[in-house]
Amino acid sequence: MRLSLLALLARGPAHGYELKQDLEQMLGSAYPQPNVGQIYVTLGRLEKSGLIEGEDVEQSSRPNKKVYHLTDAGREALRVWFEETEDEPRVRDEFFMKLAVASQTGLADQITLINKQRRQYLNTMRQLSKLAAAEDRDNRIAHLLIEGAMLHLQADLDWLERCQEELEELE
Amino acid sequence: MSDDSAPGPGADGRPAVTAESLALRAEGLVKTHYGEGAPAHAVRGVDLSVRRGEFVAVTGPSGAGKSTLLHLLGGLQRPDSGGIWLDGECADAWSEARWAVERRKRIGIVFQFFNLVSNLSVADNVELPALLAGVPPKRARVERTELLAELGLKGKERSMPGELSGGEQQRVALARALVNRPPLLLADEPAGSLDSKGTREVMRLLSRFHQRGQTIVLVTHDARLASAADRVISFFDGRIADDAELDGGTPPRRAGTSGVLELRDSPVSGPRG
Repeated sequence: MRLSLLALLARGPAHGYELKQDLEQMLGSAYPQPNVGQIYVTLGRLEKSGLIEGEDVEQSSRPNKKVYHLTDAGREALRVWFEETEDEPRVRDEFFMKLAVASQTGLADQITLINKQRRQYLNTMRQLSKLAAAEDRDNRIAHLLIEGAMLHLQADLDWLERCQEELEELE
Repeated sequence: MSDDSAPGPGADGRPAVTAESLALRAEGLVKTHYGEGAPAHAVRGVDLSVRRGEFVAVTGPSGAGKSTLLHLLGGLQRPDSGGIWLDGECADAWSEARWAVERRKRIGIVFQFFNLVSNLSVADNVELPALLAGVPPKRARVERTELLAELGLKGKERSMPGELSGGEQQRVALARALVNRPPLLLADEPAGSLDSKGTREVMRLLSRFHQRGQTIVLVTHDARLASAADRVISFFDGRIADDAELDGGTPPRRAGTSGVLELRDSPVSGPRG
């Protein structure tokens, strides 16, 4: 979340609650949203490390609010962030481990494991479809996120299918 | 086998269903293709019940026999053995001609490559099955107009299929399949030749017709499309490997659900805009 807050502040100064709302609107309902407390804590840390600076602004009928702006160091941190590529998603996961060791334990059947896992993925896929249907049609970023998640799941399901084809032949 | 033998409660704990509540039932279906080389055992003993109003997806790798299964259910191919009941009525003795009639009245079918009549207009493609079923021309026109409007094809009535995009052609095919209001819709890879926008469109339309009570059996390789169904059957090597009801509920809350992303508990709550 650090970098996404910095990125939002690259547009201009803003206060914590504003940033929370902007994040929500931009990313849509599928993205796990930080609560306002986490945002304030993160802003505090970013200020300590000199990437942003806060300024108290008086409000007539309410407590002061703190408006943050990006420092030169913050702008540089963002540049570095955009410059780097990210790690690819990892294939190694807990399910793979279960599948690998199942037959040796005598405690689980591989095909049963695959069927159970498929049910879980299909239910998640259904949930994503519902999120997509509920999401604001014009929020392309939010839709792309959901579509990305669905394509990942589709790949996971294809892989389960491969496992099943391969392992059923052995039976 | 008799018409009134109703299956008992499922071993999976699903509620008992009576023959009357079943749109479709198949028992012991077997189909082997004989061509050059070794015989292909496409369907190897399939029992299947589909309740009225249910939306069932059949998924599996290509070559698993899922399209053959759908063809058996629609009478496009005949099983080597086993029986099929439509609305509780045994179809085993039906002739080709009888199946052809039922495919106009009781069963609508959409295919991967649309199978529209290329030298007929969109309007004629949709009206044809109605006219063949003996619907008066005026009534057929009304039905056609309503369906095309519903499917977002208003103004395309005079177009020829070749002038339309793949997604539009599939919507025409869907209108044609539904013009006689068949109780059962069979769909064979309906998004198989469409891009992701066309796929979403087909998915949305199938869901909409399903919500109005349409019984649907969908064969697809696309898990996104399958996830629109209430129930997903995994088909492997001519057999049902798994048969799962999708609850559509919220998946268990864990860090990084499925390693893809975390879902919020209440997607529609919270301040927006």
